Amino acid sequence: MSDVNQPAAHPPVTDWVHDFDHTDPQWTENPFPIWDELRAASPVVHTQRFLGCYLPTTYEAVREIANDTEHFSSRRIIVRDVRPEITSKNAAPPITSDPPVHKPAKQLLLPPFTPDAMKKLEPRVRAICNELIDDFIAEKSVDAAARYTKHIPVRAIAHMLGIPESDSELFINWIHMILELGITDESKLLQAVQEMSAYFSGHIEARKNKPTDDLISYLMNARDKDGNPLEDTHVLGSLRLLLIAGIDTTWSAIGSSLWHLANTPADRERLIAEPGLIPTAVEELLRAYSPVTMAREVVKETTISGCPVKPGNMVLVSFPAANRDPKMFPDADKVVIDRRENRHAAFGLGIHRCVGSNLARMEMQVALEEWLKRIPDFRLDPAGTVTWSQGTVRGPRQLPFLLGKAM
Amino acid sequence: MAERLKVHVDPDKCQGHARCNALAPELFELDEYGNAHETGDGTVPPGLEDKAWLAKSNCPEIAINVFEE
Repeated sequence: MSDVNQPAAHPPVTDWVHDFDHTDPQWTENPFPIWDELRAASPVVHTQRFLGCYLPTTYEAVREIANDTEHFSSRRIIVRDVRPEITSKNAAPPITSDPPVHKPAKQLLLPPFTPDAMKKLEPRVRAICNELIDDFIAEKSVDAAARYTKHIPVRAIAHMLGIPESDSELFINWIHMILELGITDESKLLQAVQEMSAYFSGHIEARKNKPTDDLISYLMNARDKDGNPLEDTHVLGSLRLLLIAGIDTTWSAIGSSLWHLANTPADRERLIAEPGLIPTAVEELLRAYSPVTMAREVVKETTISGCPVKPGNMVLVSFPAANRDPKMFPDADKVVIDRRENRHAAFGLGIHRCVGSNLARMEMQVALEEWLKRIPDFRLDPAGTVTWSQGTVRGPRQLPFLLGKAM
Repeated sequence: MAERLKVHVDPDKCQGHARCNALAPELFELDEYGNAHETGDGTVPPGLEDKAWLAKSNCPEIAINVFEE
Protein backbone atom coordinates (compact mmCIF):
# COMPACT_ATOMS: atom_id res chain seq x y z
CA MET A 1 0.00 0.00 0.00
CA SER A 2 1.99 3.03 0.99
CA ASP A 3 5.25 3.37 -0.86
CA VAL A 4 8.63 4.68 -0.09
CA ASN A 5 10.81 7.72 0.27
CA GLN A 6 11.79 8.48 -3.32
CA PRO A 7 14.94 6.46 -4.02
CA ALA A 8 17.99 8.38 -5.14
CA ALA A 9 17.67 6.81 -8.61
CA HIS A 10 14.50 8.82 -9.37
CA PRO A 11 15.19 12.13 -11.09
CA PRO A 12 12.46 14.77 -10.67
CA VAL A 13 9.65 14.54 -13.21
CA THR A 14 9.56 17.13 -15.98
CA ASP A 15 7.20 15.38 -18.43
CA TRP A 16 4.28 13.92 -16.51
CA VAL A 17 2.45 12.59 -19.57
CA HIS A 18 5.34 10.37 -20.67
CA ASP A 19 7.24 9.88 -17.44
CA PHE A 20 4.90 9.98 -14.42
CA ASP A 21 6.21 9.02 -10.98
CA HIS A 22 3.86 8.68 -8.03
CA THR A 23 6.81 8.91 -5.62
CA ASP A 24 7.78 12.38 -6.94
CA PRO A 25 7.43 15.17 -4.35
CA GLN A 26 5.10 17.14 -6.68
CA TRP A 27 2.64 14.23 -6.70
CA THR A 28 2.96 13.86 -2.93
CA GLU A 29 2.27 17.53 -2.37
CA ASN A 30 -0.72 17.85 -4.71
CA PRO A 31 -1.58 15.03 -7.12
CA PHE A 32 -4.95 16.37 -8.32
CA PRO A 33 -3.77 18.81 -11.05
CA ILE A 34 -1.32 16.16 -12.26
CA TRP A 35 -4.17 13.68 -12.73
CA ASP A 36 -6.18 16.33 -14.60
CA GLU A 37 -3.24 16.92 -16.95
CA LEU A 38 -2.76 13.20 -17.54
CA ARG A 39 -6.49 12.58 -18.06
CA ALA A 40 -6.60 15.31 -20.69
CA ALA A 41 -3.75 13.58 -22.55
CA SER A 42 -4.98 9.99 -22.56
CA PRO A 43 -7.12 7.42 -20.70
CA VAL A 44 -3.90 5.45 -20.07
CA VAL A 45 -0.37 6.86 -19.75
CA HIS A 46 2.95 5.05 -19.34
CA THR A 47 6.35 5.52 -17.71
CA GLN A 48 9.61 3.60 -18.12
CA ARG A 49 10.19 4.03 -14.38
CA PHE A 50 9.51 1.07 -12.12
CA LEU A 51 10.56 -1.24 -14.99
CA GLY A 52 7.56 -0.01 -16.96
CA CYS A 53 4.21 1.04 -15.52
CA TYR A 54 0.86 2.25 -16.87
CA LEU A 55 -1.53 4.64 -15.15
CA PRO A 56 -5.22 4.64 -16.16
CA THR A 57 -6.59 8.14 -15.65
CA THR A 58 -10.34 7.72 -16.16
CA TYR A 59 -13.01 5.96 -14.12
CA GLU A 60 -13.90 3.84 -17.16
CA ALA A 61 -10.29 2.68 -17.75
CA VAL A 62 -9.88 1.83 -14.05
CA ARG A 63 -13.13 -0.13 -14.11
CA GLU A 64 -12.08 -2.08 -17.20
CA ILE A 65 -8.79 -3.08 -15.58
CA ALA A 66 -10.30 -3.95 -12.19
CA ASN A 67 -12.80 -6.25 -13.89
CA ASP A 68 -10.27 -7.98 -16.15
CA THR A 69 -8.42 -10.59 -14.14
CA GLU A 70 -7.43 -12.45 -17.29
CA HIS A 71 -5.05 -9.73 -18.52
CA PHE A 72 -4.28 -8.03 -15.20
CA SER A 73 -2.99 -10.26 -12.41
CA SER A 74 -2.92 -9.57 -8.70
CA ARG A 75 0.17 -11.71 -8.23
CA ARG A 76 2.06 -8.41 -7.91
CA ILE A 77 0.23 -5.48 -6.30
CA ILE A 78 3.03 -3.14 -5.35
CA VAL A 79 4.87 -1.00 -7.90
CA ARG A 80 8.57 -1.11 -7.09
CA ASP A 81 11.91 -0.54 -8.79
CA VAL A 82 12.50 -4.29 -8.69
CA ARG A 83 10.38 -7.33 -9.58
CA PRO A 84 11.37 -10.00 -7.05
CA GLU A 85 10.34 -13.63 -7.36
CA ILE A 86 6.78 -14.51 -6.43
CA THR A 87 6.64 -17.16 -3.69
CA SER A 88 4.00 -18.48 -1.33
CA LYS A 89 5.89 -16.69 1.44
CA ASN A 90 5.05 -13.26 0.03
CA ALA A 91 1.51 -14.24 -0.84
CA ALA A 92 -1.27 -12.60 1.15
CA PRO A 93 -4.48 -14.28 0.05
CA PRO A 94 -6.85 -13.05 -1.29
CA ILE A 95 -5.25 -9.72 -2.25
CA THR A 96 -2.53 -11.49 -4.25
CA SER A 97 -4.89 -14.14 -5.61
CA ASP A 98 -6.36 -14.47 -9.08
CA PRO A 99 -9.38 -16.60 -10.01
CA PRO A 100 -10.05 -19.44 -9.38
CA VAL A 101 -8.24 -19.46 -6.00
CA HIS A 102 -9.40 -15.93 -5.22
CA LYS A 103 -13.05 -16.64 -4.46
CA PRO A 104 -12.69 -19.29 -1.70
CA ALA A 105 -9.89 -17.28 -0.05
CA LYS A 106 -12.03 -14.16 -0.06
CA GLN A 107 -15.26 -15.86 1.04
CA LEU A 108 -13.46 -17.03 4.14
CA LEU A 109 -12.78 -13.45 5.24
CA LEU A 110 -16.18 -11.91 4.44
CA PRO A 111 -18.37 -13.05 7.38
CA PRO A 112 -16.32 -11.32 10.15
CA PHE A 113 -16.49 -8.01 8.21
CA THR A 114 -20.21 -7.64 7.40
CA PRO A 115 -22.11 -4.50 8.53
CA ASP A 116 -23.83 -6.63 11.23
CA ALA A 117 -20.44 -7.77 12.57
CA MET A 118 -19.37 -4.12 12.60
CA LYS A 119 -22.38 -3.15 14.72
CA LYS A 120 -20.97 -5.40 17.45
CA LEU A 121 -17.54 -3.77 17.22
CA GLU A 122 -18.87 -0.22 17.15
CA PRO A 123 -19.07 0.37 20.94
CA ARG A 124 -15.38 -0.58 21.32
CA VAL A 125 -14.39 1.79 18.50
CA ARG A 126 -16.43 4.60 20.07
CA ALA A 127 -14.68 3.95 23.39
CA ILE A 128 -11.26 3.97 21.68
CA CYS A 129 -12.02 7.35 20.06
CA ASN A 130 -13.08 8.86 23.37
CA GLU A 131 -10.07 7.45 25.25
CA LEU A 132 -7.83 9.09 22.67
CA ILE A 133 -9.69 12.42 22.85
CA ASP A 134 -9.62 12.37 26.68
CA ASP A 135 -5.86 12.32 26.44
CA PHE A 136 -5.45 15.59 24.51
CA ILE A 137 -8.67 17.56 24.83
CA ALA A 138 -7.23 19.95 27.40
CA GLU A 139 -4.38 20.93 25.07
CA LYS A 140 -4.55 23.98 22.81
CA SER A 141 -2.66 22.42 19.92
CA VAL A 142 -2.47 18.80 18.88
CA ASP A 143 -1.14 16.68 16.04
CA ALA A 144 -4.38 14.89 15.19
CA ALA A 145 -2.51 12.29 13.14
CA ALA A 146 -0.17 11.24 15.95
CA ARG A 147 -2.72 11.52 18.79
CA TYR A 148 -5.97 10.38 17.11
CA THR A 149 -6.20 9.05 13.55
CA LYS A 150 -3.11 6.85 13.75
CA HIS A 151 -4.41 4.86 16.70
CA ILE A 152 -8.01 4.12 15.85
CA PRO A 153 -7.68 1.54 13.06
CA VAL A 154 -4.74 -0.30 14.59
CA ARG A 155 -6.50 -0.72 17.93
CA ALA A 156 -9.76 -1.76 16.24
CA ILE A 157 -8.11 -4.45 14.11
CA ALA A 158 -6.01 -5.63 17.08
CA HIS A 159 -9.27 -6.02 19.00
CA MET A 160 -10.81 -8.07 16.17
CA LEU A 161 -7.72 -10.25 15.86
CA GLY A 162 -7.65 -10.79 19.62
CA ILE A 163 -4.15 -9.42 20.06
CA PRO A 164 -3.33 -6.80 22.71
CA GLU A 165 -4.18 -3.23 21.69
CA SER A 166 -1.10 -2.29 23.73
CA ASP A 167 1.05 -3.97 21.05
CA SER A 168 -0.05 -1.22 18.60
CA GLU A 169 3.40 0.37 18.34
CA LEU A 170 4.86 -3.00 17.34
CA PHE A 171 2.36 -3.31 14.48
CA ILE A 172 2.86 0.24 13.30
CA ASN A 173 6.60 -0.37 13.19
CA TRP A 174 6.22 -3.55 11.11
CA ILE A 175 3.99 -1.72 8.64
CA HIS A 176 6.57 1.02 8.33
CA MET A 177 9.24 -1.60 7.65
CA ILE A 178 7.19 -3.56 5.12
CA LEU A 179 5.50 -0.78 3.22
CA GLU A 180 8.03 2.01 3.41
CA LEU A 181 11.60 0.97 4.27
CA GLY A 182 11.08 -2.46 2.74
CA ILE A 183 10.44 -1.11 -0.74
CA THR A 184 14.12 -0.31 -1.21
CA ASP A 185 15.64 -2.36 1.62
CA GLU A 186 14.79 -6.02 1.16
CA SER A 187 16.40 -6.96 4.50
CA LYS A 188 13.94 -4.73 6.40
CA LEU A 189 11.02 -6.32 4.55
CA LEU A 190 12.24 -9.82 5.40
CA GLN A 191 12.94 -8.92 9.02
CA ALA A 192 9.46 -7.51 9.54
CA VAL A 193 7.77 -10.44 7.80
CA GLN A 194 9.76 -12.84 9.96
CA GLU A 195 8.93 -10.97 13.18
CA MET A 196 5.24 -10.79 12.27
CA SER A 197 5.16 -14.50 11.47
CA ALA A 198 6.84 -15.36 14.77
CA TYR A 199 4.42 -13.10 16.64
CA PHE A 200 1.32 -14.63 15.04
CA SER A 201 2.70 -18.17 15.32
CA GLY A 202 2.88 -17.61 19.06
CA HIS A 203 -0.74 -16.52 19.15
CA ILE A 204 -1.80 -19.46 17.00
CA GLU A 205 0.02 -21.87 19.34
CA ALA A 206 -1.67 -20.36 22.41
CA ARG A 207 -5.10 -20.79 20.82
CA LYS A 208 -4.56 -24.47 20.05
CA ASN A 209 -4.98 -25.21 23.75
CA LYS A 210 -7.34 -22.39 24.54
CA PRO A 211 -9.56 -21.45 21.57
CA THR A 212 -10.88 -17.91 21.52
CA ASP A 213 -13.67 -15.99 19.84
CA ASP A 214 -11.48 -13.82 17.62
CA LEU A 215 -10.30 -13.64 14.01
CA ILE A 216 -7.17 -15.70 14.67
CA SER A 217 -9.24 -18.63 15.98
CA TYR A 218 -11.67 -18.07 13.12
CA LEU A 219 -8.90 -18.59 10.57
CA MET A 220 -7.54 -21.58 12.49
CA ASN A 221 -11.00 -23.17 12.44
CA ALA A 222 -11.59 -22.46 8.74
CA ARG A 223 -11.85 -25.43 6.43
CA ASP A 224 -11.43 -25.55 2.67
CA LYS A 225 -13.96 -27.26 0.40
CA ASP A 226 -12.35 -30.62 1.11
CA GLY A 227 -12.69 -30.11 4.85
CA ASN A 228 -8.99 -29.49 5.40
CA PRO A 229 -7.59 -26.71 7.56
CA LEU A 230 -5.75 -23.88 5.80
CA GLU A 231 -2.03 -24.13 5.18
CA ASP A 232 0.06 -22.25 7.75
CA THR A 233 1.40 -19.94 5.04
CA HIS A 234 -2.19 -19.05 4.10
CA VAL A 235 -3.21 -18.28 7.69
CA LEU A 236 -0.07 -16.23 8.32
CA GLY A 237 -0.41 -14.43 4.97
CA SER A 238 -4.02 -13.54 5.67
CA LEU A 239 -3.20 -12.31 9.19
CA ARG A 240 -0.40 -10.15 7.82
CA LEU A 241 -2.79 -8.79 5.21
CA LEU A 242 -5.49 -7.92 7.75
CA LEU A 243 -3.04 -6.14 9.98
CA ILE A 244 -1.40 -4.19 7.18
CA ALA A 245 -4.50 -3.49 5.09
CA GLY A 246 -6.50 -2.22 8.01
CA ILE A 247 -4.14 0.42 9.29
CA ASP A 248 -2.43 2.84 6.89
CA THR A 249 -5.52 3.00 4.75
CA THR A 250 -8.19 3.92 7.27
CA TRP A 251 -5.82 6.14 9.23
CA SER A 252 -5.34 8.11 6.01
CA ALA A 253 -9.05 8.42 5.29
CA ILE A 254 -9.90 9.63 8.80
CA GLY A 255 -7.01 12.11 8.66
CA SER A 256 -7.97 13.52 5.26
CA SER A 257 -11.54 13.95 6.48
CA LEU A 258 -10.49 15.87 9.58
CA TRP A 259 -8.08 17.95 7.48
CA HIS A 260 -10.94 18.88 5.15
CA LEU A 261 -13.24 19.76 8.05
CA ALA A 262 -10.50 21.83 9.72
CA ASN A 263 -10.21 23.85 6.51
CA THR A 264 -13.91 24.10 5.69
CA PRO A 265 -15.95 25.62 8.52
CA ALA A 266 -19.18 25.50 6.47
CA ASP A 267 -19.00 21.70 6.10
CA ARG A 268 -17.97 21.28 9.73
CA GLU A 269 -20.91 23.37 10.94
CA ARG A 270 -23.32 21.49 8.69
CA LEU A 271 -22.25 18.12 10.11
CA ILE A 272 -22.48 19.39 13.69
CA ALA A 273 -26.01 20.64 13.00
CA GLU A 274 -26.95 17.47 11.06
CA PRO A 275 -25.01 14.50 12.42
CA GLY A 276 -27.33 12.25 10.40
CA LEU A 277 -25.50 13.56 7.31
CA ILE A 278 -22.17 12.10 8.45
CA PRO A 279 -22.53 8.78 6.56
CA THR A 280 -23.22 10.67 3.31
CA ALA A 281 -20.30 13.00 4.05
CA VAL A 282 -18.01 10.01 4.67
CA GLU A 283 -18.79 8.71 1.16
CA GLU A 284 -17.95 12.09 -0.38
CA LEU A 285 -14.74 12.38 1.65
CA LEU A 286 -13.82 8.86 0.52
CA ARG A 287 -14.40 9.93 -3.07
CA ALA A 288 -12.49 13.21 -2.91
CA TYR A 289 -9.61 11.96 -0.75
CA SER A 290 -9.47 8.26 -1.61
CA PRO A 291 -6.54 6.84 0.30
CA VAL A 292 -5.70 3.72 -1.67
CA THR A 293 -4.13 3.10 -5.05
CA MET A 294 -3.71 -0.52 -6.02
CA ALA A 295 -1.63 -2.17 -8.71
CA ARG A 296 -1.71 -5.10 -11.10
CA GLU A 297 0.79 -6.81 -13.35
CA VAL A 298 -0.05 -7.03 -17.05
CA VAL A 299 0.21 -10.72 -17.97
CA LYS A 300 -1.41 -10.70 -21.41
CA GLU A 301 -1.47 -8.07 -24.13
CA THR A 302 -4.72 -6.13 -24.49
CA THR A 303 -6.16 -2.65 -25.00
CA ILE A 304 -7.80 -0.43 -22.39
CA SER A 305 -10.03 2.37 -23.66
CA GLY A 306 -8.31 1.90 -26.99
CA CYS A 307 -4.77 2.12 -25.56
CA PRO A 308 -2.43 -0.86 -26.09
CA VAL A 309 -1.14 -2.43 -22.89
CA LYS A 310 1.77 -4.85 -22.92
CA PRO A 311 2.75 -7.70 -20.59
CA GLY A 312 5.64 -7.27 -18.17
CA ASN A 313 4.47 -3.80 -17.20
CA MET A 314 2.81 -2.94 -13.92
CA VAL A 315 -0.38 -0.88 -13.76
CA LEU A 316 -1.00 1.68 -11.04
CA VAL A 317 -4.73 1.24 -10.54
CA SER A 318 -5.56 4.72 -9.33
CA PHE A 319 -8.97 4.65 -7.66
CA PRO A 320 -8.31 8.18 -6.37
CA ALA A 321 -7.81 9.52 -9.92
CA ALA A 322 -10.89 7.63 -11.14
CA ASN A 323 -12.90 9.22 -8.36
CA ARG A 324 -11.95 12.69 -9.65
CA ASP A 325 -13.08 11.99 -13.24
CA PRO A 326 -15.49 14.76 -14.27
CA LYS A 327 -17.11 12.39 -16.78
CA MET A 328 -18.30 10.33 -13.84
CA PHE A 329 -18.84 12.96 -11.13
CA PRO A 330 -20.24 16.46 -11.71
CA ASP A 331 -18.06 18.98 -9.80
CA ALA A 332 -15.54 16.18 -9.42
CA ASP A 333 -12.92 18.53 -7.98
CA LYS A 334 -15.22 19.88 -5.24
CA VAL A 335 -16.25 18.28 -2.00
CA VAL A 336 -20.06 18.31 -2.10
CA ILE A 337 -20.69 17.19 1.42
CA ASP A 338 -24.28 16.03 0.73
CA ARG A 339 -23.61 14.50 -2.70
CA ARG A 340 -26.53 12.24 -3.53
CA GLU A 341 -25.17 10.06 -6.33
CA ASN A 342 -21.78 8.73 -5.48
CA ARG A 343 -20.72 5.38 -6.86
CA HIS A 344 -17.11 6.07 -5.98
CA ALA A 345 -14.41 3.41 -6.26
CA ALA A 346 -12.46 4.16 -3.09
CA PHE A 347 -12.82 0.53 -2.00
CA GLY A 348 -12.07 -0.77 -5.47
CA LEU A 349 -14.29 -2.34 -8.09
CA GLY A 350 -14.94 -5.95 -9.00
CA ILE A 351 -13.89 -9.10 -7.17
CA HIS A 352 -11.15 -7.44 -5.10
CA ARG A 353 -13.55 -4.99 -3.43
CA CYS A 354 -11.97 -4.22 -0.07
CA VAL A 355 -12.94 -6.84 2.53
CA GLY A 356 -12.66 -4.19 5.23
CA SER A 357 -14.93 -1.59 3.61
CA ASN A 358 -17.66 -1.92 6.25
CA LEU A 359 -15.07 -1.68 9.02
CA ALA A 360 -13.44 1.37 7.44
CA ARG A 361 -16.80 3.11 7.02
CA MET A 362 -17.77 2.40 10.61
CA GLU A 363 -14.44 3.67 11.92
CA MET A 364 -14.68 6.83 9.83
CA GLN A 365 -18.25 7.57 10.89
CA VAL A 366 -17.54 7.00 14.58
CA ALA A 367 -14.20 8.85 14.51
CA LEU A 368 -15.85 11.91 12.97
CA GLU A 369 -18.98 11.74 15.14
CA GLU A 370 -17.01 11.60 18.38
CA TRP A 371 -14.49 14.25 17.35
CA LEU A 372 -17.21 16.69 16.24
CA LYS A 373 -19.25 16.06 19.39
CA ARG A 374 -16.34 16.85 21.68
CA ILE A 375 -14.26 19.24 19.57
CA PRO A 376 -16.65 21.24 17.36
CA ASP A 377 -14.14 24.06 16.88
CA PHE A 378 -10.73 23.33 15.41
CA ARG A 379 -8.54 24.62 12.61
CA LEU A 380 -5.17 24.03 11.02
CA ASP A 381 -2.29 25.49 12.99
CA PRO A 382 -0.81 28.17 10.72
CA ALA A 383 2.53 27.68 12.48
CA GLY A 384 2.56 23.96 11.65
CA THR A 385 3.00 21.94 8.45
CA VAL A 386 0.69 19.24 7.17
CA THR A 387 2.76 16.47 5.64
CA TRP A 388 1.26 13.89 3.29
CA SER A 389 2.40 10.29 2.97
CA GLN A 390 4.25 9.31 -0.16
CA GLY A 391 3.42 6.76 -2.79
CA THR A 392 0.30 4.72 -3.01
CA VAL A 393 -1.61 5.35 0.21
CA ARG A 394 -2.38 9.02 0.64
CA GLY A 395 -3.15 10.64 3.96
CA PRO A 396 -1.82 13.27 6.34
CA ARG A 397 1.01 11.99 8.52
CA GLN A 398 1.24 15.23 10.48
CA LEU A 399 -1.93 17.17 11.14
CA PRO A 400 -1.23 20.12 13.45
CA PHE A 401 -4.51 21.54 14.74
CA LEU A 402 -5.43 24.35 17.09
CA LEU A 403 -8.39 23.36 19.25
CA GLY A 404 -11.16 25.69 20.33
CA LYS A 405 -12.56 28.84 18.78
CA ALA A 406 -10.20 31.18 16.91
CA MET A 407 -9.48 34.23 19.05
CA MET B 1 -53.74 -3.63 -11.39
CA ALA B 2 -51.50 -0.58 -10.99
CA GLU B 3 -47.90 -0.99 -12.06
CA ARG B 4 -45.54 -1.38 -9.15
CA LEU B 5 -41.89 -0.48 -8.90
CA LYS B 6 -39.55 -3.40 -8.25
CA VAL B 7 -35.83 -3.77 -7.57
CA HIS B 8 -33.50 -6.64 -8.37
CA VAL B 9 -29.83 -7.20 -7.45
CA ASP B 10 -27.78 -9.12 -10.02
CA PRO B 11 -25.92 -11.60 -7.81
CA ASP B 12 -23.13 -12.02 -10.37
CA LYS B 13 -22.34 -8.31 -10.26
CA CYS B 14 -22.77 -7.66 -6.53
CA GLN B 15 -19.44 -7.35 -4.74
CA GLY B 16 -20.75 -6.49 -1.28
CA HIS B 17 -20.15 -2.73 -1.19
CA ALA B 18 -23.42 -2.68 0.82
CA ARG B 19 -24.35 0.86 -0.30
CA CYS B 20 -27.87 -0.30 -1.13
CA ASN B 21 -28.43 -1.75 2.33
CA ALA B 22 -27.06 1.40 3.93
CA LEU B 23 -29.32 3.69 1.88
CA ALA B 24 -32.44 1.51 1.62
CA PRO B 25 -32.41 -1.21 4.29
CA GLU B 26 -36.16 -1.78 3.72
CA LEU B 27 -35.48 -2.84 0.14
CA PHE B 28 -32.08 -4.59 0.30
CA GLU B 29 -30.85 -7.27 2.67
CA LEU B 30 -27.37 -8.72 3.10
CA ASP B 31 -26.40 -12.38 3.42
CA GLU B 32 -23.74 -13.83 5.74
CA TYR B 33 -21.02 -12.73 3.29
CA GLY B 34 -22.31 -9.16 3.17
CA ASN B 35 -23.66 -9.57 -0.38
CA ALA B 36 -27.02 -8.01 -1.24
CA HIS B 37 -30.36 -9.24 -2.51
CA GLU B 38 -33.75 -7.58 -2.78
CA THR B 39 -36.13 -7.95 0.19
CA GLY B 40 -38.95 -10.39 -0.62
CA ASP B 41 -39.83 -10.30 -4.30
CA GLY B 42 -38.33 -6.83 -4.70
CA THR B 43 -41.60 -4.93 -4.63
CA VAL B 44 -41.03 -1.34 -3.56
CA PRO B 45 -43.63 -0.25 -0.97
CA PRO B 46 -45.33 3.08 -1.75
CA GLY B 47 -43.26 6.01 -0.52
CA LEU B 48 -39.92 4.23 -0.93
CA GLU B 49 -39.51 4.79 -4.69
CA ASP B 50 -36.89 7.51 -4.13
CA LYS B 51 -34.81 5.11 -2.04
CA ALA B 52 -34.93 2.52 -4.81
CA TRP B 53 -33.49 4.99 -7.34
CA LEU B 54 -30.94 6.28 -4.81
CA ALA B 55 -29.67 2.75 -4.14
CA LYS B 56 -29.40 2.06 -7.86
CA SER B 57 -27.41 5.21 -8.53
CA ASN B 58 -24.99 4.49 -5.70
CA CYS B 59 -24.07 0.90 -6.59
CA PRO B 60 -20.47 0.96 -7.86
CA GLU B 61 -20.98 -2.35 -9.69
CA ILE B 62 -24.23 -1.24 -11.41
CA ALA B 63 -25.78 -4.40 -10.02
CA ILE B 64 -29.22 -2.97 -9.24
CA ASN B 65 -32.11 -2.89 -11.66
CA VAL B 66 -35.21 -0.77 -10.93
CA PHE B 67 -38.19 -1.52 -13.14
CA GLU B 68 -41.95 -1.42 -13.35
CA GLU B 69 -44.00 -4.57 -13.36
